Amino acid sequence: MSKSKWSRGVAIVGAGMSKFGAFPDKTSRDLVVEAFKDLNKNMDKPLDPKKIEAFYLGNFSSDQFEKQAHFAPILASWLGLSPISAIRVEDACASGAVAIRQAALAIASGEYDVVLVGGLEKMTDLHISEVTEALGTAADTQFEIPAGFTFPGFYAAMATAYMHEYDADRNSFFDVAIKNHKNGALNDKAQFDQTIEQIREAKKARAVKKGRPEPTWKTDLEFLQDPKGNPNIAWPMTLFDCSPVSDGAAMTLLVSEDLAKAFSDSPIYLIGSGQASDGALPERETLTGIPAAEKAGQQAYEMAGLTADDIDLAEVHDCFTIAEIMASEDLGFFPRGEGWKAAMEGKTARDGEHPINTSGGLKAKGHPVGASGVAQVVEVWKQLHGIAGERQLPKAPKIGLTHNVGGSGQTCVVNIYERRD
Amino acid sequence: MSEFALTNKEFFRALETGDLIGSKCLDCGEVSIPQREICPVCFSQKTEIESFSGKGELVAYTVISVPPVKMAQAGYDGKNPYCVGIVGLDEGPRISAQILDMDLAHPESIKIGTELQMTTIQREEDGTQNTYLAFKPV
Repeated sequence: MSKSKWSRGVAIVGAGMSKFGAFPDKTSRDLVVEAFKDLNKNMDKPLDPKKIEAFYLGNFSSDQFEKQAHFAPILASWLGLSPISAIRVEDACASGAVAIRQAALAIASGEYDVVLVGGLEKMTDLHISEVTEALGTAADTQFEIPAGFTFPGFYAAMATAYMHEYDADRNSFFDVAIKNHKNGALNDKAQFDQTIEQIREAKKARAVKKGRPEPTWKTDLEFLQDPKGNPNIAWPMTLFDCSPVSDGAAMTLLVSEDLAKAFSDSPIYLIGSGQASDGALPERETLTGIPAAEKAGQQAYEMAGLTADDIDLAEVHDCFTIAEIMASEDLGFFPRGEGWKAAMEGKTARDGEHPINTSGGLKAKGHPVGASGVAQVVEVWKQLHGIAGERQLPKAPKIGLTHNVGGSGQTCVVNIYERRD
Repeated sequence: MSEFALTNKEFFRALETGDLIGSKCLDCGEVSIPQREICPVCFSQKTEIESFSGKGELVAYTVISVPPVKMAQAGYDGKNPYCVGIVGLDEGPRISAQILDMDLAHPESIKIGTELQMTTIQREEDGTQNTYLAFKPV
């Protein structure tokens, strides 16, 4: 039984995204235009932009990355949408899903009928140390960063607690990376268009070309376990455990449920939504999961009247490989301490019982932080419409879930979408 | 009465003299670190500074090879990594800190549960010496 307290329902009538990657020749405006065009392309009825009443932009830190604050009205204007309300929403890497949720609440309240949501981050113009510094401001800069923590470090610390608690095999983290790269290689919007196997073979070929001895890696695991191929970032998180630094934008159009069919012949419906917050890592009740994710998930399941077993696919926030394993438990797909085994047994692959990150996830698709939460909806839209190409799930999925985390778990938003025939 | 006030910066002033401080709620007894003026458990606004023993155990950790700017200024990099962790203090709460004297070449050998004692570490940043919380094995 659905237990929605919203005054009216909210539908998604389209979703699109720019390609994710490193684009030194493009600006944020170019990426936002690219995402808006892709949204238009993915809609089955032409969109009249004059109908859009408000614009919510999920963006973590254009002020640090591009020295541009107050970006929402500028981008609204760039799309020709002035003078509609334009709002930037910031909750670190969860900014995108928070923007969607705020837009949905604005529609549910009756204030607006048609709202455009964007997600954006242009990160690669800065030097990598400046990017690390900028991302660090999403953590507690008084008590965590001075200790020496970095974002890979936070998740690495959770990984050591997880391995200790459940006697988990570190190779399970690598299996998450291998799977997500396999999915990402089938996604033309993804930053990485290669599987780990292809990356490994390319590295071997490069070594030979440069006259160096050919590395002996025979399997993906051998490659990933070798610090020469896959260096340490924050043990046990290696380079291939981490999502990349990315540029990208994504867009989705939300409308009130009663108007949905005027905008799309096949809308999907936002039937569950939850959001929770938490303090810094030392304050948490556990380090082997993300409590805010579990709480947001419970809220979303309760609102939708569903359980984890009803979810056909999930796009989860795999900023690091351990994050996907913890998410698979926080969301109830697997019991506590079983997520790492499920990853090793292929249960989260496209043909597994709980497909996770068919898009390639943040890991392979890329992680322009403010855009990630919105881009998750693009994958759900495609999978629920059966238009995900080679990575399409076979069993005509009906229910898709998105899980977007800010910081090391200080914010989490879970949204559940339904296709109705 | 403690010589330290409940306001935020006092935590770092205390560190400079080697003191680890937090707070205790006078209504429910909850102990917090760093110190809080509002109890995060019962919302009481009656709290006082509590001195911590500086003893605890390692709860989670990582060995970082790619440091942020300030740690790089202090001399850390891929060839000279450092350990940072979360310490469960004997008084109950946990805190983040650099962990010293660990076998950084073999991070898998670092044991969760290792008994630790508080110390401080000086790091040079932008030409000045700053004092930070650290722990080392007992």
